[in-house]
Amino acid sequence: MSSTLLRTVPALRGALRASGAPKAAGAMASTSFVRGKATLPDLPYDYGALEPHISGKIMELHHAKHHQTYVNGLNSALQTIGEAESKGDFTKAATVAPLLNFHGGGHINHSLFWENLAPASGEGGGEPDGALKKAIDSDFGSFDTFRAQMNTALAGIQGSGWAWLVKDKAAGTLGLVTRANQDPVSGPYVPLLGIDAWEHAYYLQYENRKAEYFDAIWNVVNWKTVAGRFEKT
Amino acid sequence: MVNIGSLWQYLALHSTLSGDSTNTNNTANNLAKMGLAAYTLPALPYAYDALEPHISAQIMELHHARHHQAYVTNLNKALESHVAAVAAGDVAAQIALQQVVKFNGGGHINHSLFWKNLAPAGSEDASVAQAKGLVAEIEKTWGSFDGFKTAFSAALMGIQGSGWGWLVKEAGNGAGLRIVTTKDQDPVVGGDVPVFGVDMWEHAYYLQYLNGKAAYVENIWNVINWRTAEERFAGRSEEKTEL
Ligand SMILES: [Fe+2]
Ligand SMILES: [Fe+2]
Repeated sequence: MSSTLLRTVPALRGALRASGAPKAAGAMASTSFVRGKATLPDLPYDYGALEPHISGKIMELHHAKHHQTYVNGLNSALQTIGEAESKGDFTKAATVAPLLNFHGGGHINHSLFWENLAPASGEGGGEPDGALKKAIDSDFGSFDTFRAQMNTALAGIQGSGWAWLVKDKAAGTLGLVTRANQDPVSGPYVPLLGIDAWEHAYYLQYENRKAEYFDAIWNVVNWKTVAGRFEKT
Repeated sequence: MVNIGSLWQYLALHSTLSGDSTNTNNTANNLAKMGLAAYTLPALPYAYDALEPHISAQIMELHHARHHQAYVTNLNKALESHVAAVAAGDVAAQIALQQVVKFNGGGHINHSLFWKNLAPAGSEDASVAQAKGLVAEIEKTWGSFDGFKTAFSAALMGIQGSGWGWLVKEAGNGAGLRIVTTKDQDPVVGGDVPVFGVDMWEHAYYLQYLNGKAAYVENIWNVINWRTAEERFAGRSEEKTEL
């Protein structure tokens, strides 16, 4: 698991740079591993940039507090595993696995999430085109059907979790999956578009009316990023 | 504990339904025709602002009038749909509905227990002196009351995602106390008696504490209803912990 994370995050850094993050120097430094440590990536837009669909306050807490906590938890789990490994204490290392999965997953999921969102005044919203549109039409029937199915999946999450548009590596087809808590998408699937369905993602603005959040978020989906992930795999 | 098995058996005996189920009244009527009372939202035993400053009135109102109400509404709807699925011989739908019943039934039970095991800070009920028998057993189990609080708080902080922390009295004769956590809306099962529970879903604290859940966990101790806890521990409570 740890080696997977170490491979995954530099790839994210590349994607962030490609998306033209304005704070280039900071983004490069902050998203790379310093001696194997994960760091919080800069957002590719301002905290207020997704308003009115996602409030600036939510974005700031979500990024600067929640995501930072996953980064810290991941580093602490990696450190514990490293120390246990150097002592040959594999039992200790194994007991840290759930924390590694949770915080590592939290770091990966949020890093993907920030990138697959964009301001409605910029790249956000609308509908995909090109090869991605063709694939969605062919695997879901239509974009509207896909969006309705994704919203149903999101509404059906019992507790905290995520819904993802994924590509099956072997078959090349698109599908929808949900993941509990911070479980990352893995195995045969490549994550293309993730929506955070934890209450912290919407509660300050939408309270218990989560269906309104699930409707609004389509205004800030960055289809360019999603298409890039689709074409790269 | 949600005794789903016997609920299914009971429901299987009732097969006719009429009318649509697009609103709550029809759901209640349909359940009534089958001799089943629809579940209803219990009143809070205190005002929405009674737990201030530890839990804000805004949180309490949304939590009770919206979240808990949604569990009750969706539980009733799922029961009604289940009866229709039995009537139609739709086994796949019945299986799918079991999870919906478990989730919403668990949400209803958990929140009903939670409201009653809270009390305004400084009130008689919120005094540990109300739980002499329970505290003696806690000290026996964890060495000290503070030791228990530390262990319980750590269990709450360790929950990954949505869930609950519970102090339970284990099933069986002479069984002791134990701290358990349950995920999402899973209820306490296996005959263990919930003594008190703490809701660790983000909706339970976010509007007031934001990401600072450690502060919520610290403050919840001010509003635990130790009289209720003692009654549940001593087996004097008449509350239902099953559907
Ligand atoms: Fe999140
Ligand atoms: Fe709750």
